[in-house]
Amino acid sequence: MNSPIRRLGAVVALMFCALLVAATIIQFVQANSLDNRPGNRRTLLASYSKQRGSILVGGNAVAISKPTSDDLKWRRTYPNGKLYADVTGYYSFTYGASAIEQAEGGLLSGSSDRLFYRRLVDVITGKPPQGASVELTLNAKVQQAAAEALGNQRGAVVALDPKTGAILAMVTSPTYDPNPLASHNLTSVSKSWTQLNNAPNNPLINRAINGNLYPPGSTFKLVTSAAALASGKYTPNTTVPGPARLKLPQTTVSLPTDDGQPCGPNDKTTLIHALAVSCNTAYASVGMNLGAAAVRNQAQKFGWGQDLKIPLAVTPSVFPANPNLPELAQSAIGQFDVRATPLQIAMVSAAIANNGKLMTPYLVQTVRDKNLDVIQSTDPKLMSTAVQPGVAQQLTTMMEAVVNSGTGSNARVPGMKVAGKTGTAQVGGNQIADDWFTGFAPADNPQVAVAVVVENGGNMKQGSSGNTVAAPIARKVMQAVTSK
Amino acid sequence: MSTVSTVTPRTRRGTELVLLIFAIAIVLVAYANVGIAIKNRLPADIVPMGVGFTVLVLAFHLVLRWRAPYADPVLLPIATLLNGLGLVMIHRLDLANGDTLGQGAAVRQLMWSALSIVVAAVLLIVIKDHRRLRRYTFTFALGGLVLLLLPLLPFIGRSVLGSRIWIGIGGFSFQPSEISKILVVIFFASYLVQTRDALSLVGRRILGFPLPRARDMGPIMIAWLASLAVLVFESDLGTSLLFFGIFVAMLYVATERRSWIAIGLILFLAGSYIAYLLFAHFQERVTLWINPFHPGMSDQIALGLMGMANGGLFGTGLGQGHPELTYFANSDFIIPSFGEELGLVGLTAIILLYVLLVERGLRAGLAARDGFGKLLATGLGFSIALQVFVVIGGVTRVIPLTGLTTPFMSAGGSSLLANWVIIALLLRVSDQARQPTIEQSGPTLGTDDTQVVKTR
Repeated sequence: MNSPIRRLGAVVALMFCALLVAATIIQFVQANSLDNRPGNRRTLLASYSKQRGSILVGGNAVAISKPTSDDLKWRRTYPNGKLYADVTGYYSFTYGASAIEQAEGGLLSGSSDRLFYRRLVDVITGKPPQGASVELTLNAKVQQAAAEALGNQRGAVVALDPKTGAILAMVTSPTYDPNPLASHNLTSVSKSWTQLNNAPNNPLINRAINGNLYPPGSTFKLVTSAAALASGKYTPNTTVPGPARLKLPQTTVSLPTDDGQPCGPNDKTTLIHALAVSCNTAYASVGMNLGAAAVRNQAQKFGWGQDLKIPLAVTPSVFPANPNLPELAQSAIGQFDVRATPLQIAMVSAAIANNGKLMTPYLVQTVRDKNLDVIQSTDPKLMSTAVQPGVAQQLTTMMEAVVNSGTGSNARVPGMKVAGKTGTAQVGGNQIADDWFTGFAPADNPQVAVAVVVENGGNMKQGSSGNTVAAPIARKVMQAVTSK
Repeated sequence: MSTVSTVTPRTRRGTELVLLIFAIAIVLVAYANVGIAIKNRLPADIVPMGVGFTVLVLAFHLVLRWRAPYADPVLLPIATLLNGLGLVMIHRLDLANGDTLGQGAAVRQLMWSALSIVVAAVLLIVIKDHRRLRRYTFTFALGGLVLLLLPLLPFIGRSVLGSRIWIGIGGFSFQPSEISKILVVIFFASYLVQTRDALSLVGRRILGFPLPRARDMGPIMIAWLASLAVLVFESDLGTSLLFFGIFVAMLYVATERRSWIAIGLILFLAGSYIAYLLFAHFQERVTLWINPFHPGMSDQIALGLMGMANGGLFGTGLGQGHPELTYFANSDFIIPSFGEELGLVGLTAIILLYVLLVERGLRAGLAARDGFGKLLATGLGFSIALQVFVVIGGVTRVIPLTGLTTPFMSAGGSSLLANWVIIALLLRVSDQARQPTIEQSGPTLGTDDTQVVKTR
């Protein structure tokens, strides 16, 4: 009977091997993903048991953990309420965390591997563990100005430092107060949560980087212009067609200009003038002349279609895959299936402002441990060369024309050159168009690139335009940065 | 196996004593660790606890020196260590639930541990030769069957969470299938030693595959039907699987015919499929096995997995994790509790302790000089292996979760008692196997079965 006993022993060995492999998979291979599962109370309890690091803007905490007397020990508070909500996110015992609270959760809670050595020192010296603090790139003054200018209109504002990609302001509306979600009274947390989720217009969504993506409208003409100039077939002074209506091939419909008038004498105009007056027919024909590949290629160089983490995940902007000619004509003026986030549109201006070099946008400047030693610091990083410096210079001249003599008059700032582009994007159905403005200032030494979108005409409703609704907001943001 | 030799084998009792002291030390350090981690001080009762525990197992050790000097030296230390660690974890979970030592599950477990160790020692004293158990073959069979089906009786049967495997008399509850398991293994061993020749030699080949005669299929069919009865009437998949698995394994060892394994597997799969079709709670178990995070179903496995993940490689340390967040953390889910607080390293160590325990059991089977002893030790050793596999495999998603206790660790008196009895029997068989042959030439000679000489 000994040989079957030996064989049975081999079966037993296999059974136990299976158990060891399964345990290794759970505790080693999948451990991280299991730990990070939403609603994992162990991870939450662990993170509540020590002081979470603060989130700082200009040295002031916009999210800070304060000691409490209950058994969760620390409560997260947001001194500025709604102002930074979409950047900091919330930190809730029941519903987990969002935005920076989630993206930098490991560092804030102190559990990140990058803090391993420091944790070890804490264990040896017996000090209570504490998370690292995260300093944002936001500028309090600019954020405040952007929030005030946007007011209660639905939309978003993004301001970038074009030379580095640092995000100076990120405002979205409507927004929410993260404080009730961080409460330790779980009934009231659940009530606020239901309320926010049922509220009209999704206040929990960050429209600047997520949301339902917007048709960029005429702001996309910057991309078409860049493609045209880069092709070598165009200069700002090239004559282009500019009729009141452009007959589209393969179809019976025709594309009108905004005001129903030709953009120049004899139905002709120049590229620079076409941008200044936002001539739809001119850009539609330029787009068709360049071809879908050239326009898409240029859009991709500005960041379309790319996954981006700032470190919040940004929804990639979209350029249609296979447009036919009439679709391409509409795509070239930012309609049809072209979609973009406000951040993406700000990146277009930023790249032009920075001599064609697109810098990767980022929100986290430095991470410091509790002794204020820098653990991590973000260096500006080139994301792509969107256009050559010469083309960027030509685009800047054209964008200055928009503000000085074209559709962007409300963005003018006395004593400073401003470059910009308006947009009024049809959103389909009977809805009022979204209003856009993007630009940068000062045009000769750019310090800020900005994008503003106001949904459905904002407070002006019907008859609004990018110039009347969005440009003034952009102006206030640019003034806040440049102090002009 | 046995070769004539003039060398007297060493008893190895000294080795056992050293290992035993190690085991006790580990348990006491773990107990102190829990106290310091949770209450910031050494447990006040660590001295009486430590002394009590030590006296108990050392007394068992002395019984071995007296009654089974050649017994395997590793079995007792492993059982002691597993039982002690289980006690520490149950106590730690009591503290997390706000129970003091007096109110919690730990003190009951402690009393059961003491009782079980005493019973095991008494068994070793009373049963001087395991072959005497063969006299009561059919008494054990009847007893095993009665115990197995006892929970179905009105008044004393209790349903706990859908499984009717408990009996309760007064405030006292018991899971008789644990004891029944041992009686059934003894019966199988005894029965198979008598019938193995018929089962292994007669039969025909179909497609080159030796199949037994139809009438020899009787016992395996009865075992299968009994398992199905447990499954259907007591809704207990784990026990059903355990009994049938033990039977098939012992049948294979007795007959050396692989066809029994094939037949057993087919019957098992058929039974499982029928169970899957019939029982909603089994379908739910399968769904949760595939996706433990299935919305709207029990999150018990998911909580256990997240606990183990939280432990990672080295664990949170005893008393510093949150195993209490998982339901049944001190019984069915005690393994994830250990995984969380001792980490993958600690869990691996515990699994290896079980491997060693089973290996020593099978080794006793290999070394035993009589067929009954071989089958008995193999059956008992394999029963521990299968039970550990079913319960740990259930919480680590190797197989669907079924309710079985983790030997020596889970809170529960009947399981603890049964496992100590298994240890006593294994010690007895191994003592018989290792003692010098000269002692065998007593009155038992000649009552042995005719040895069948095998060439392989």
